[in-house]
Amino acid sequence: MKIAVSAAGPDAGAPAEERFGRCAYFILFDEQGNLLEVINNKGAASAEGAGIKTTQVLLRHNVDVVLTGRVGPKAMTALSNAGVAVYTGVSGTVAQTLDKYREGLLVPVTEPNARQHSGVKESGRVVK
Amino acid sequence: MIISVASGKGGTGKTTIATNIALALSADNRRVAYIDCDVEEPNGHIFLNPEIEDTREIFIEVPRINDEKCTYCGKCADLCAFGALLCTTDSVITFSEFCHGCGGCQYFCPVEAITPVPKKIGKVEKGAAGDIKFARGCLEVGAALSPPLVDAVKSRVTSDITVLDAPPGTSCPVIHTVRGTDFCLLVTEPTPFGLNDLDLAVQMVRTLSVPCGVLINRAHHGSRLIEQYCQREQLPVLQTIPHSKRIAEAYSRGLPMIELDKQLENDFLQLYRDIEELVANERNNHN
Amino acid sequence: MKEITIISGKGGTGKTSIAASLAVLAENHVLCDCDVDAANLHLLLNPYIETKNNFWGMPRVEIDTTQCNQCGLCEQLCHYGAIKAGRVDVLCCEGCLVCYHACPEAAIRLVENLAGQWFVCGTRFAPFVHARLGIAQDNSGKLVAQVRKEARALAEKEGKELIITDGPPGIGCPVISSLGGTDLALVVVEPSLSSIHDLSRVLDLTNHFGVKTAVCVNKWDINPENTMRVEEMCQEVGVPVIGRIGYDPAFVAAAIKGKPVIQMVSTVVEDIINLWHCMQRELGI
Repeated sequence: MKIAVSAAGPDAGAPAEERFGRCAYFILFDEQGNLLEVINNKGAASAEGAGIKTTQVLLRHNVDVVLTGRVGPKAMTALSNAGVAVYTGVSGTVAQTLDKYREGLLVPVTEPNARQHSGVKESGRVVK
Repeated sequence: MIISVASGKGGTGKTTIATNIALALSADNRRVAYIDCDVEEPNGHIFLNPEIEDTREIFIEVPRINDEKCTYCGKCADLCAFGALLCTTDSVITFSEFCHGCGGCQYFCPVEAITPVPKKIGKVEKGAAGDIKFARGCLEVGAALSPPLVDAVKSRVTSDITVLDAPPGTSCPVIHTVRGTDFCLLVTEPTPFGLNDLDLAVQMVRTLSVPCGVLINRAHHGSRLIEQYCQREQLPVLQTIPHSKRIAEAYSRGLPMIELDKQLENDFLQLYRDIEELVANERNNHN
Repeated sequence: MKEITIISGKGGTGKTSIAASLAVLAENHVLCDCDVDAANLHLLLNPYIETKNNFWGMPRVEIDTTQCNQCGLCEQLCHYGAIKAGRVDVLCCEGCLVCYHACPEAAIRLVENLAGQWFVCGTRFAPFVHARLGIAQDNSGKLVAQVRKEARALAEKEGKELIITDGPPGIGCPVISSLGGTDLALVVVEPSLSSIHDLSRVLDLTNHFGVKTAVCVNKWDINPENTMRVEEMCQEVGVPVIGRIGYDPAFVAAAIKGKPVIQMVSTVVEDIINLWHCMQRELGI
């Protein structure tokens, strides 16, 4: 299982990032808390649809769980359809956030907890 | 003759001026059309009270994925510059509200699994206010893509004289309104806000190579702020309308200025003649 | 930390004058101008620039004529008519990059695009972030997001508890970008038919995004009947009207002097103070 933490810097000591779509890096860990990889989030540079682009980046890296702060409704639709579990409530550094998750102190979300950035009435259309 | 009426700043009286020019010209038996290109907040109908005869919905083409053909290769999602597609291991999800209708996903799909389907971004209404032909665009609330709607409304009606009422600012929808017009009338007010935004608008109009002139609205005694700027920039000040609480009150009730003051009607006709002359000169200079 | 965003469907309703006045009244805050197309708030604050930063927009496409064999594929594929006779018209280009990906000769390249600048400033009231988008540049929504992010970071760094944001007019992309996650949207409306018409569209928008909203009527005495209409309209949709500001030439006089209207001798001073108290109540601060 791969766990991604949204981060403001490229290492485990960097502050965990509140924002999902526009965060600069993701730090990837395995279940035991070993650092696997640092991803530069190319999705953040997208003019629009950054949450979707970011989700795509995570999917490319086969991430199962993401620990972050605010996730907009479209990114949430994307993540839940892609089967990625989302936990919020990051604080402190990336390493501290990971510890909290492993202690079961982070909140799993099924509902988006950030206001969407762009307009929708219909939710994303899912083709299965 | 196509005249666009623009202003960097909102609330300078663009719509009031544009509708009054149309009304004055129409009263002078000229064939005129007024087109409201401020698709985010169209207001011209308040002053013109048109009868809408025809409504056309405006669509862009967004992708639909044919699941029988899709191999989930993810090429479409990678290529989309707007984040409108997401490819997972067993599905492609489309977020049509992000889609700009560029058609790239369809073109690049290696297995032809994408077909375009229409998505509504707004509507264009056409009608008449007395002898004035009228059209306006109305963006769907929550839709962020206005330039295609501006283009659609612009081409909807034509007449001998067409007055285009632009949105405020200097961004894409304004550019789509002003480009290709014969003349751009910039409406401003003599405040530092007005001046700041006029300067932005002048730069915008100059990038488009559209000749322009300035109308100072709500002028009050003593302030030569705009005149001085126009002199420096060699811009003609075509008309000055004094500040008046009476006009503001009439405006708040949706009454046209020219009904308040017959002199203003003549002033607007003169304004049009001046614009005609400027455009003719411009053409001669080019030939 | 709380954020107030001041918006109006129509421009010119007095948004910026009110924002600047609130800047005088509020304490321990950061100011932010999200009208990146035509920023005005700086004209009332006399700011001194501390840092100036470049805003890079989406890269532009350019055709390398030495590589191009004029096959015309790019022109044929462009849905925006932005490529004609081997040249890219940047004013039409939407930045979809289809031409770049499709060119069989790889003759289309991406070039960096300086789309604007943003500034962190000091003022006599509070730290201030504003921006200027280049002429004919796209991506106003992204620059708005950048300005808001900087304002938030600044507030966090300096321990400020409130962000006062002057928003753009309209209901389009930059407005949507200004509203996400704000704590209170204050809609400034005039009692004119145009402004009322726009108000209903703005309220649809804030409702659509679930943003807590309150309304303030500026120049209310220009047309008391229409002011009543605004109040009834707001009541119907459950949005509180928390302020009425009278018509006063002091607004223009203050702008010419380059200061917030609240620093003038005027009857509207009290109106704005009352508005501020109501906003504090709405925000719970």
